[in-house]
Amino acid sequence: MRIRTAGVVAAMGLALAGAGCGSDTPSAEPSATAGAGGSLMIWADDKRTAALKPLVAKFGQELGVTIEIQAVSEDLHPKFVTASQSGNPPDIMIGAHDWIGNLVQNGAIDPIQLTDAQRGSFAEIAVKGVTFNGQVYGVPYAVENLALFRNTELAPQAPATLEELVAAGKQLKQSGKATEILSMPVGQVGDAYHMYPLYTSGGGYLFGVKPDGEYDPKDVGVGNPASIAAFEKIRKLGEKGDGALKRSIGHENALSLFTGKKAAFMISGPWSIADVKKAGVKYEIEPIPGFAGAKPAQPFVGVQAFYVAAKGKNKAIAQEFVANYVTKPELAKVLYDAEPRPPALTAAFDQVKASDPDVAKIMDAGKGGAIMPAIPAMANVWDPFGKASAAIVGGAAVPATVTAAGKSITDKIK
Amino acid sequence: MAGKAATPLLDRGGREASDEVPRPPRSVGLGGQIGKIVALSVTVALAVWAAFPLVQQRQWLGLGIEIAVVAVICYVYLSPRRVPTKYLLPGTLLLIAFQVVPVLYTVGTAVTNFGDGHRGSKAEAVVAIQTSSVTRVAGSTEYALSVATRGTAGTGPLVFLLVDPAGAAFVGDADGLRPLSGATVNGGRVTAAEGYSLLNIGQAAARGPEVTEFTVPTDRGAIRAQGISAAYEGQAGRLYDADCDCVRETATGAVWRADDDEGVFVNDVGERLAQGWKVNVGFANFTRIVTDGAVAGPFAGILVWNLAFAAGSALGTFALGLLCALALHSPKLRGRRIYQILLILPYAMPSFAMLLIWRDIFNTDFGLLNRMLDLDVDWFGGTWSARIAVILVQLWLGYPYMFLVATGALQAIPKEVGEAARIDGAGAWQQFRRVTLPLLLVALSPLLISSFAFNFNNFTAIYLTTEGAPFPADNPGAGGTDLLITYMFRLAFDAQGAQYGFAAAISVVIFAIVAVISAVAFRRTRAQEEVYS
Repeated sequence: MRIRTAGVVAAMGLALAGAGCGSDTPSAEPSATAGAGGSLMIWADDKRTAALKPLVAKFGQELGVTIEIQAVSEDLHPKFVTASQSGNPPDIMIGAHDWIGNLVQNGAIDPIQLTDAQRGSFAEIAVKGVTFNGQVYGVPYAVENLALFRNTELAPQAPATLEELVAAGKQLKQSGKATEILSMPVGQVGDAYHMYPLYTSGGGYLFGVKPDGEYDPKDVGVGNPASIAAFEKIRKLGEKGDGALKRSIGHENALSLFTGKKAAFMISGPWSIADVKKAGVKYEIEPIPGFAGAKPAQPFVGVQAFYVAAKGKNKAIAQEFVANYVTKPELAKVLYDAEPRPPALTAAFDQVKASDPDVAKIMDAGKGGAIMPAIPAMANVWDPFGKASAAIVGGAAVPATVTAAGKSITDKIK
Repeated sequence: MAGKAATPLLDRGGREASDEVPRPPRSVGLGGQIGKIVALSVTVALAVWAAFPLVQQRQWLGLGIEIAVVAVICYVYLSPRRVPTKYLLPGTLLLIAFQVVPVLYTVGTAVTNFGDGHRGSKAEAVVAIQTSSVTRVAGSTEYALSVATRGTAGTGPLVFLLVDPAGAAFVGDADGLRPLSGATVNGGRVTAAEGYSLLNIGQAAARGPEVTEFTVPTDRGAIRAQGISAAYEGQAGRLYDADCDCVRETATGAVWRADDDEGVFVNDVGERLAQGWKVNVGFANFTRIVTDGAVAGPFAGILVWNLAFAAGSALGTFALGLLCALALHSPKLRGRRIYQILLILPYAMPSFAMLLIWRDIFNTDFGLLNRMLDLDVDWFGGTWSARIAVILVQLWLGYPYMFLVATGALQAIPKEVGEAARIDGAGAWQQFRRVTLPLLLVALSPLLISSFAFNFNNFTAIYLTTEGAPFPADNPGAGGTDLLITYMFRLAFDAQGAQYGFAAAISVVIFAIVAVISAVAFRRTRAQEEVYS
C-alpha cells in the first residue's frame, strides 16, 4: 500500500511536471517497514464488526500482528466464496454454520483441529453444528433457535399445547384484546425455518439421520405419509381452519404485531428480544408447544462460527486466533453484548446467564432442537418446502402439495 | 411535417461531422488547458496506482491492456487533431468495458459448468479434497508447539519443538520425531532449547505459510501445526493418485475416478465428491433449457405472461402518462406547476422502497387497499389478482416518466398543425388521433420500445413484491407472476447453490428474445417515421 501511494504521488508529480505545469515535484515518502508479524483480515457483518473492533486490536497486540476487521453488510457468504475463488479471501470469516456444506464444496474453508479440551468447552450442539463429514470446520461462538414469545399481560397462562395456544388466542380475539392468534411469518412464499417446529411436532422430518449422526441427503422425509399427516395438522391452523397461521403475516409485520400487542404469541428468536424489550411489552420466553398428544416441536438450532479461509495468506495465525482467542469467554461476551444470542462457550454462557435470564430461556427452548442441516442438499429444501407450507396455510389440498414438494426436492438432489 | 424533437439532434450531429476536417487546431482557453492537464494527470496516476498490484500478481495481459488504453487516451487528447475521436473515445471505452466485455464473458461462461462445486481448477479441487480429509489420528497425542530453527529466526530451516501432555519434550522435522534433551519446559511448552533458537509469535507469523506446510512424518500419518502453538497427529483420509487419475480413500480403498467431461470425481455407483472443477460443457446448458422438463415445461406459459407484463407496463404507463400530459397541456389550466410537481413525485422516490411499500399495501389482512375499500381480496394469492396488482404497481411507478417525456414532446409539436387540422374541420378526437398522436409516436416509439425491453427483464418489480407468487400447490417451480428472469433466477441460484454457467446460458436466451422483439419493433418504427416525416 505504501509503495502504491508513493508511486501514485510520484506519477502525479511527473505527469504534472511533464505537462508543463511547473509545479514542484513532491518527493516520494520513504516506505515504512512492514509489520513484523504480518496482518490478519476478518470479514463479518456490521454488528459484529463494531463489537469486535476494540477487542481484536488488543488480541492483535498480544499476538504481535495487526488484525483488521472489515464489515460486509450484505451477501457475506457469496462474497467470501467469490473472493476465495479469485485467491484473495480474508483470513477469517464469521458466519452461520449452515454455510459449511457450500463452503467445503467450493474449497473455501479448511477443517480446524481443536484439542479435546477446547471442544469440551463448547455446548455439545454447537460443536455438532460446525461438524461436517466428521470434521470440525469452524469455531462456534453463539447458538440460536426459535422460541415462543408470550405477552404475559394478554396471556398470563403458558400454553402447554398448540391447541391451548389457539384457544387462548381465539378468546383474546373475541374479546377484542388482540386481533391475531399467533404471529409467525409465513408470507406468500412460506418460511421453512419458522414452519419446521410445527412440522416436526406433527411427525415430519426433512432428512433422515445416518448412524454417525449426520443428515442423510438420500433419505428425504418430505412427501412421505408422516409429512402429509403433519401438514394436515398445519392446515387446520391455517386460513381455512383456525386462522392462527396466515400468509398475510410475513417478516415485514410479524414483529410489529407482537410489539404492537395485536398478537399475544409470537414465534421468533433471540434477535427479536431487543425490539420486544424496547416496545415495553411484558413478555415470557418459552419452548414452542407441540400439537396435543403429538411429538415435541423441534426448532432448528443454528450456530454462528469463525472460519479459517483455505486460501488465506496467514493461515497459521488465523488458526491460532480462532483456536486460542475465540475460545476465550471475553470475546464471546463482547459478541453477546452486541446482540444477545446465547454464547456457545459454556463458560461465557454461564456468565451471561446470571445477568440475563432470557438467554437461558432461549437455550432451554432449543433443547431437543435439531441442528440445522449444513449439507448442500438443504439448498434444495428451503424453497419447495416453504412454498408448499404457504400453499397449505392458504388452504391447498395437502397430499398433492406435499408430494409435489417432495418430488421437487428429491429430483434436484444428485 | 418534420418531428421537431428529432431534428435538432440530427442537425447538430451533422454540423459537427462536417466541422473537423481541414481546420487548424483551435486555441483552447487557459482553463480548458489546465483542466485537460489535470484530467490526464489523474488518469495516468490512476493507471500507475492500478499497475502495482498487476505487476505484483504477474498479470501481464491486464498490464498490457492498461498500458494500451492509457497510451491511446494520451495520444488522442495530446494531439491537436482527431477531434471526433476525442468525443467518441470515452463512450467507446465505456461501451467496451461495460457492455462488450460482460456480454462476451457471459457467453463464455454459458458454455462451462461454472458454479458451486465447480469454481476452480482440477488441481484446486484435489488440494481441497485432500486437506479436508486430514483427520486427527484417533487416540493420538495433542502436542504443545514451539516453532524453532537451527539457524537464524528469519530464514533457518524450521523444526517443531513439541511437548506432550505428560511433559516430555520432542523435536520433530522431516526426519521424524525424536526425544529432545536439554530443553527448558515451562508451562507445558518448550521455552528454550540448546542448539535451537525459538521463534517468537511475530517471527512465526511472518513464516506462517511454512509453518502450515511443515509436517513431521510418523508411523500413522504426520504431525502438523494447528496455528502456531499446538500440533496434532493427522492423516489424510483421501489421496489423489495421478496414475489412475482418481481419488482413493486410504482406510477403505474406495475409489472416485475423475470425469473430465463433468468436472467431478465419481465412483462406480455414481456418487460424486463435493469438490469438482470447472470444465467446458459446450452447449449442454442450452440443450438443458429445452430438454429438462422442469425448465422447459412452464417456459411457454411464462413467456406469454412476460410479454403481456412488459407490454402492459409499457403501454399502460404511456397511456396514463399521455393522458396526464394532455390534461395539463392546456395553457388555461391554473396551478399547472403544482399538478406537474405532484405527478412527478412518484418518479423521484426510490423504486426499491416503493415496491416494498406497495407489497404491504396489497397485504390481504393488513394492507391499506383492502382496509380502505373494505375488500377481502387475496391479492397475491390468486394468479389474476396478483398479475393485476403487479401491473398496477408498475403503472404507478412508471407513468411519471411517460408524463414527462409526453409533456416535452407535446410542447415540441407546433400549434399551427393543430390549427390547420381544426380549419379543415377536424374535431378534438380526430385531431388527437390523426395529428397529435402520430407525431408523438415518432418521437416516443423508441422510448416505448426501451421501456418494453426494460420491463421484460424487470426483476425487482416481481422479486420485491410477489416473489413470483402465487405458486400452484403442485408445482413450486413456476409462479403466477414469474417473469422469465425471476423464474430462471430461481432455477439457477436456489437449487444446488449457484449455477453460473446455466444462468449465463439463460441470460443469453433472454437477451436473444429481447433483441429480436426490439429489432422488429424498431424496424416498424422506422417505417412509421418515413410516413410521417
